[in-house]
Amino acid sequence: MVGTRDRRHSRRHLLKAGVGATAFGLGGGLARATPAAARRAQADFDWRRYEGESINVLLALSPRSELLVEYQPEFEELTGITVTADVVPEQQQRQKQIIEFTSGNPSFDVTAVSWHVQKGLFGRGGFLLDLREFLDDPEMTAADYDLADFSPAAMAFATQADGRMDTLPYNIDYWILYWNTELFEQAGVEFPETLEETLAAAEALHDPTNGVYGFVARGLKNANVPVWTSFMQGWEAMPIDDQGQLQTTTEAAVAAATIYQELLASYAPPGVSGFNWNECQTTFGQGTAAMWFDGIGFATPLEDPEQSRVVGMVGYGLQPAGPDARHSGTFGDGLGISAGSDKHGLAYFYSQWATNKQNQARVLAAGAGAPARTSAYTDPEALARLTVPQGWVDTLIASGEIGLPSLPQIVPVTEFRDIFGIALTNMITGADPAQELTRATEEFQPILDQSLAS
Amino acid sequence: MGMTLISAGRRPARAAGRAGASYRRRDKYIRFALPALLVVAAVIVFPWLYTLFMSVQEWQVGSDRVFVGLDNYANLLRDTRFHAAVGRTLAYTVLAVALPVLLGTIAAVFFHRDFPWRGFFRGIFVLPMMATPVAIALVWTMMFHPQLGVLNYLLSLVGLPPSLWVYAPNTVIPALVLVETWQWTPLVMLIVLGGLAAMPTEPLESAVVDGAGPWRVFRDITLPLTLPFIMVAVVLRAIDALKAFDTIFAITQGGPGTASETINIYLYLQAFSFFRIGHASAVVVVFFLLIVALAVGLLLVRQRTKWA
Repeated sequence: MVGTRDRRHSRRHLLKAGVGATAFGLGGGLARATPAAARRAQADFDWRRYEGESINVLLALSPRSELLVEYQPEFEELTGITVTADVVPEQQQRQKQIIEFTSGNPSFDVTAVSWHVQKGLFGRGGFLLDLREFLDDPEMTAADYDLADFSPAAMAFATQADGRMDTLPYNIDYWILYWNTELFEQAGVEFPETLEETLAAAEALHDPTNGVYGFVARGLKNANVPVWTSFMQGWEAMPIDDQGQLQTTTEAAVAAATIYQELLASYAPPGVSGFNWNECQTTFGQGTAAMWFDGIGFATPLEDPEQSRVVGMVGYGLQPAGPDARHSGTFGDGLGISAGSDKHGLAYFYSQWATNKQNQARVLAAGAGAPARTSAYTDPEALARLTVPQGWVDTLIASGEIGLPSLPQIVPVTEFRDIFGIALTNMITGADPAQELTRATEEFQPILDQSLAS
Repeated sequence: MGMTLISAGRRPARAAGRAGASYRRRDKYIRFALPALLVVAAVIVFPWLYTLFMSVQEWQVGSDRVFVGLDNYANLLRDTRFHAAVGRTLAYTVLAVALPVLLGTIAAVFFHRDFPWRGFFRGIFVLPMMATPVAIALVWTMMFHPQLGVLNYLLSLVGLPPSLWVYAPNTVIPALVLVETWQWTPLVMLIVLGGLAAMPTEPLESAVVDGAGPWRVFRDITLPLTLPFIMVAVVLRAIDALKAFDTIFAITQGGPGTASETINIYLYLQAFSFFRIGHASAVVVVFFLLIVALAVGLLLVRQRTKWA
């Protein structure tokens, strides 16, 4: 059940899972859980084909990248390949990628790709290697890799419109509604299942004189667009339809924007128009907001007593439904190989290892994100090692069943976010949603047309 | 005649010899200067020429490059968002120059006087200048937080209502100027303090003997004599404020909306978020001309304030 209070994993829970706590302290951990057949399959595969060679990897700073770096010696031991991994903040990583891809001679062989921002641009530029040939080749892909284990949403993200698969799925980010169970209980309010109920709950819980705000979400331009586009999914609507036509002035678009405006202008803390996720996290984590709508990856800081005052009080709820549908705004990342690299084979070995079942289970266990593989969610050892509440996992799994990409997969997606982000920020300070969306649509249409024409 | 011929023949030969030696000497100098000239050409001249070249192209990363003449410049003339960014940059610059110069001059006059522990307090005063701008920005971001920041708490202690600081369109520029003022007032203080130390003491002593009060001495003698140094501070601060990027980007990224989007932030978005390299190059050229014009204007004013 989603939207319920969470159980935390106790030692008893862990023992119930049939795994002794001491086993984890010995290192190796998840490797022991690998089925014998898979281990045999792995043993038959020639991982040491490129022994003695080296590759460069460029990753964006995140808990998931930290895991890859932490377990990198395992890959080096398995293959004899030396890995130099650069982990830089996301924004700088994206710039570095573009500049180096454009130069035609990138310094990295493997890189993390943010699908919702870079898929269109990288696809058009042909910057990444099509991996289908490697995936079909048993000499290059280990028998236990199991491509079918990736969720359909992840596979759809990783595949370009022309059928090229130029990334291997790594992480899916679903949007959820965090709610403060204590504040809800005190006010006698139920978890809101719909957007209308969210508005009512925000109104009931909004008590600024006592330092409690009903709702918080991103108001800062660009960062705020996924809030609106995810709300739009409740009308079974997308900002751009399958024919590439903007749907940003439709009834659904305006209705979603109006709810965004009401929630942020009436029930959010003053100054929310300058809030990105970090300000929202701080506000919710300090217990001063009853609800927070954002990506699923914040359980770890919210359940950390050193960073949060709401430990044990956080409910993890599904994205509220609209009048026509219930979805979960979905984003994600994959690993791609530079088309310009002369080490495709080695790079593919690294990408294959990084996205294998074991590493995906590690992502879940650490609460570092939402693995793209379905097997991670049933991996008993990963579940036993959870550092976040079980309720988070339940919501994660339920979100996977209703996940839908929240941003259009177009090349000028950053301009889209910028222009409509400004419109949404203006709405918080009182501008009319319909007028703002019309203005933004007029501004963005030529950019989209130019992009589609080129 | 013969002598004349000989002497006439020798003089040009000697002159030619001297000229040849001069050329040889110059040739040697050029050999020494050449590496530096090549480095300058590579790191300054070439990027500039390339930026000029790119500013007449339409090129978005991932697409082909197309020559568009002056279209990018024409687009800038029509781009209201760019115009707003220029206006905002100028407003920000005026405030971010005036406040540090005013406060820095007052601080310099204060620290020019002799008092116990003067060196220690001067050292404390210049500390903000030494901090890393991005680190400063992150600390100020926390302090600006409307609900959890310390600034609103301080306001509440003196009975003032809370402010939204960088989180509201109408207060974001003054709040950013506050950070700039906090960091760069010490620089102005140091420059003006240098001027005060170099100032001749005779006019001051004469004025005091003639019965002038402290305010009169400051207004009619100290201030005019330190004006050349203040103008140096103004020129340096103006160029720096026009180019301000790091603190603004780290604190607001140009928001809320576009309320703190200066030319540099606009340029960054065009170049590194939208990857419109041709358009961004045209912005660079216009921005460069703006900075040069302002710097030349200020230097001319400075010339007038020089001591005779």
